Amino acid sequence: MKNISRRKLILGGLAATAGVSGLGMAARIAQKYGLIPPDCGGIYGLGETLTYASQRLLTRHSLAREFPRSMISKRPLANEIAPSNEAFKSLEAGGFADWRLTVDGLVDRPAAFSLAQLKSYPSRSQITMVQCEEGWSYIAEWIGVPLSHVLDLVGVHPQATHVVYFSIEPDWWESIDMADALHPQTFVTYGMNGDELPVGNGGPLRLRVPRQLGYKSVKFVTHLTVTDDLKKFGKGLGSAEPEGGYAWYAGI
Amino acid sequence: MPLGAAVPNATLDVPAAALPARHAALVRVTHWITTLCFLALLVSGAEIVISHPRFYWGETGNVLTTPLFKLPIPSSRALVPTGYGYVLPDQNGWSRYLHFQAAWVVVLTGLLYAISGSFTGHFRKSLLPRRADLSWRALSTSMASHLRFERPSEAEAWSYNVLQRLSYLFVIFVLFPLVIWTGLAMSPSFVSAFPASVTVLGGQQSARTIHFFVSLALLLFLVVHVVMICVAGFRSRMRPMITGRGGTHRAGTQMERT
Repeated sequence: MKNISRRKLILGGLAATAGVSGLGMAARIAQKYGLIPPDCGGIYGLGETLTYASQRLLTRHSLAREFPRSMISKRPLANEIAPSNEAFKSLEAGGFADWRLTVDGLVDRPAAFSLAQLKSYPSRSQITMVQCEEGWSYIAEWIGVPLSHVLDLVGVHPQATHVVYFSIEPDWWESIDMADALHPQTFVTYGMNGDELPVGNGGPLRLRVPRQLGYKSVKFVTHLTVTDDLKKFGKGLGSAEPEGGYAWYAGI
Repeated sequence: MPLGAAVPNATLDVPAAALPARHAALVRVTHWITTLCFLALLVSGAEIVISHPRFYWGETGNVLTTPLFKLPIPSSRALVPTGYGYVLPDQNGWSRYLHFQAAWVVVLTGLLYAISGSFTGHFRKSLLPRRADLSWRALSTSMASHLRFERPSEAEAWSYNVLQRLSYLFVIFVLFPLVIWTGLAMSPSFVSAFPASVTVLGGQQSARTIHFFVSLALLLFLVVHVVMICVAGFRSRMRPMITGRGGTHRAGTQMERT
């Protein structure tokens, strides 16, 4: 290696400097445009950040694939057991009449919606796939109100960056960025295949995020919080999943 | 007795500086990064399969639908009926993190290799078979000598034979692109932007099944590749891929002299 010319040395130095400052700049720009996932630290942070940033850039406005009615799975796998806590049991006994979806955080008018209220808003349906990170999948018709409609009702502050949502099951919570929260296919879902949403599929209320794997579609949702700082929640990794070793972003 | 000692240094007719590197630095570096990534992808991929060791064709599939085939292994999920009385521990979290991180590194490394390989003429010079070697007679001769596990000739330490060239080209330009494509075709977010990437494969579950078989083909390549290295001479083939210097005893002596 002793015969490296001066020119090579200078060029190499310049390239290295450009590379390092380029990386620094890229990180700043990525932060500004919300391309850094909350679980970007640790040994897998590089891969996660590349996946989230590239998919966010590619798919900001793309729609999850929708299928014809004939492709709805005959037996949609109800892989969930009803929450065993008393709160759920008493709500179920009352036919979920007292179920509330509380919305708070960076909003003008915090509110608590009953199922009847949610059903009174213009309903939408989509025939999309639920894909589990394990590898299995099914297609169903999902009926609900777009989350963007609910967020419009409460008036989201402009500095909001994420929506955090909680299940009635303790320690089950997730979050999505505003691109997903305002996406036209992100539903507060109360119906499935022309009927009520069964408990086995997350009823009475499930947040459907069809462009991500099933675990982002939290079941038995009772609470939404709009925020500009995910660090305030749990261990600051964005959702319960990274605390259990799973990725926050589940677009792949 | 080490091979190098059998050849007196006096027979060397090429000065050390004139000996070209058997493998260019970029080829060596990308080769070993790819090796590490492939092993990471293999282990993490196997762990992910264990959470649902059933394969389907078409768009959807789950434990309520008929599989194309099942792997006769236990699962890490109680949901899957495997016939085994126990459930393996869940390893999907870190497996998925590692799988995608290794995928990024190997894809970027592969891009670097492919772009530089087209510019330097690496593919044309080292991997494209010579026209004469593509005759049936030449191919069958090469095939027969491989099947007899014959030790390759001296010249083959400096250049790939025709079967090597064809299989490397197949791995680089068919299997790797296919495994990346079928991997992306399983991503609900990626296919929302590029729906045709999954529909032409027959559906999301078809993509998963093809991904599995292409991975098996890559694993088969890895096994044959390592066996052939051992047959040809482990040290003489490993040394050039690590140091760049020719791996035959002649070049080996050269290296020690410089």
